[in-house]
Amino acid sequence: MTIIETHDLTRRFGTFTAVDTLNITVNEGEIFGLLGPNGAGKSTSIKMFTTLLPPTSGEALVAGYSITRQSAAVRRAIGYVPQLLSADGTLTGYENLLIFAKLYDIPSRGREARIQDALDFMGLGEVANQSVRTYSGGMIRRLEIAQSMLHRPRLLFLDEPTVGLDPSARRAVWENVREMCREYQMTILLTTHLMEEADSLCSRIAIMHLGQVAVLGTPDELKQSIGRENATMDDVFIHYAGTGLESGGTYRDASRARRVANRVR
Amino acid sequence: MTPHEHDGSQTVSVNPQDGARSGLRADVIQFIYKTLVITELDVRKLRHDPTEIFMRVVQPALWLLVFGQVMSQLRAIPTGDLRYLDFMAPGILAQSVLFIAIFSGITVIWERDLGIIHKFLASPTPRAALVTGKALSAGVRALSQGVIIYVLALLLGVQVNWNPLALIGTLLAVLLGAALFATFSLIIACLVKTRERFMGIGQLMTMPLFFASNAIYPIAIMPDWLKVIARVNPLSYQVDILRSLMLGLPSATNLLVDFGVLIAFTIVLIWIGARLYPEAAI
Repeated sequence: MTIIETHDLTRRFGTFTAVDTLNITVNEGEIFGLLGPNGAGKSTSIKMFTTLLPPTSGEALVAGYSITRQSAAVRRAIGYVPQLLSADGTLTGYENLLIFAKLYDIPSRGREARIQDALDFMGLGEVANQSVRTYSGGMIRRLEIAQSMLHRPRLLFLDEPTVGLDPSARRAVWENVREMCREYQMTILLTTHLMEEADSLCSRIAIMHLGQVAVLGTPDELKQSIGRENATMDDVFIHYAGTGLESGGTYRDASRARRVANRVR
Repeated sequence: MTPHEHDGSQTVSVNPQDGARSGLRADVIQFIYKTLVITELDVRKLRHDPTEIFMRVVQPALWLLVFGQVMSQLRAIPTGDLRYLDFMAPGILAQSVLFIAIFSGITVIWERDLGIIHKFLASPTPRAALVTGKALSAGVRALSQGVIIYVLALLLGVQVNWNPLALIGTLLAVLLGAALFATFSLIIACLVKTRERFMGIGQLMTMPLFFASNAIYPIAIMPDWLKVIARVNPLSYQVDILRSLMLGLPSATNLLVDFGVLIAFTIVLIWIGARLYPEAAI
C-alpha cells in the first residue's frame, strides 16, 4: 500500500526550481527519511505534501487524496510538526493539546482521554499544567509531536524533529517516533540533517539533490551502493549530495535555524 | 500567486447522505466552531499574561485626561451643546480600539517566523475561520478598552447612557471595529512579511485613519477634501455608533447604515484575508 505517490511533482520560485519532476512513493507503515543539503527541496516537498504550497506542475496523492484538488481531505488525514518551534509558550502543555484536539474535531466525549493518552505516551503527564516556557527543548518537541498525533493521523510529517536537541533528548524523541509507528501503525516521513538519525530510524531513505531524488533505498542498500567497505551514511550523503552542501539555505533559513537552536537549548 | 484552493467548502458533512444543504450547514457550524477555538486560544493566552491589557490603559487615559481637559477649556472645537470631553470620549474609545487592532497583525509575522502558522494551515481549519478567529480575538482585547474608557468617562463626569440596549450596541460596535481593523492589519502582515516593514506601515496608517475621522472633531469643520476621506473611513462610522449609543444622542447618519458599513467592510476584508493568509506560510 502506498501512502504518498508523486507524479512529476514540480515547484518553481521564479527561475529557481526547488523541486524538479519528483517521482517517489512512500509505503504505508514505514519511516521514510528525506535527506539532502539545504535547498535540496526537502522542505518544499513537505510543504506541498501538507498542502501549504501548491505545486507549479505535477501531482501528488497523499493518503489517497490529491494535494491540489482535495487539500482539505489531505489535511484531515495527516499530522505535521514543522521544523520551527510551533508549541505556544504562553499556554500550558495541556492547553496546547486541547486547542489542537478541538481544531482536529476530536469529539468532546473522548477528548480528555485522548489528551491524557498523548501526554502519557510522550512522558509529559506530570508537567501538563505547567507553562510550555518552562519546558526543555526535548519536552517541547515531544509536546509538538503529541499535538500532531492527537487525531491519529495515518501519516505524520516531521520536519527536522531533533534539530537543536542534545543527544539524550534526541534519543527520547527517536524512541517516541518508533513507538508511534509501531503502536498506531502510523507512516512517518521525516527530514533530517543527522545521518545517524536517518540510519537508526528510517526504513527507507531518499537523498535529494537540486530538487531531485539522487538515490533511494534502505540504509544498507545505500551504504553498499557507493562501493566502499564499512561505508557510513555520512559517506553516502557526501557521495550523492556532497557538492551541494553549501549551495542552498538563505539568510532567513540560517537565522531561523539558529533561533530555533537557541530556543530549544 | 493565489492559494490553490479555498477549503471551507470541502468540509465533510455530518451526514453525507443528507446532501448539499446539510453540507452547507455543517460548513457554517464548522466555521463558527473553529473561529471560536482560535479565539479561545487567544483568550487563554491573555489570561496567562494580562499585562498587555493594563499597559493599554495609559494611552486613552492620557488623551482624555490631558488632551480632553485642555481642549475643553479652549472651546476651540464646535460641538454644539455637548461638552467637548463628552464629545471626544467615544472618539477615544474608537481610537484605542483602532490602535489595538491595527497592530494585531504583527502576530501573523511572529507566528510565521516561529512556524506556528504552518501548523494551523496544515490542520483541517477553514482559512476563513483562522482569520475570523484572530479578528474576534482583537475584539476581545478591545472590549477591555471599552471598560477602561467607561470608567474614565464616569470619573470625568461624562453623561454616559446606561440603557442596556445601548451598552450591547456599544459592545457590538467595539467588536466589529476591532475585527475590521485587525483583519486589515492581518492583510498588511501577509503582504509585507517582515516586522520592520509592518511596523512602518502600521504607523503610517494609524494617524491618517484617526485624524481623517470624526473621532476628536466633527466632520462638518473639515475642509472638503478631508470630508470625502472621512466619509469613506470606516472609523467614522464606528465613532458615530459609539457617540450615539454611549451618550444617548441621535446618530449623525443612521445606526443601521453605520453597522451595515462596518459589517460589509469586515466581510470583504475577511474574504481577502482568508485568501492571503496561506501566503504568509510561503
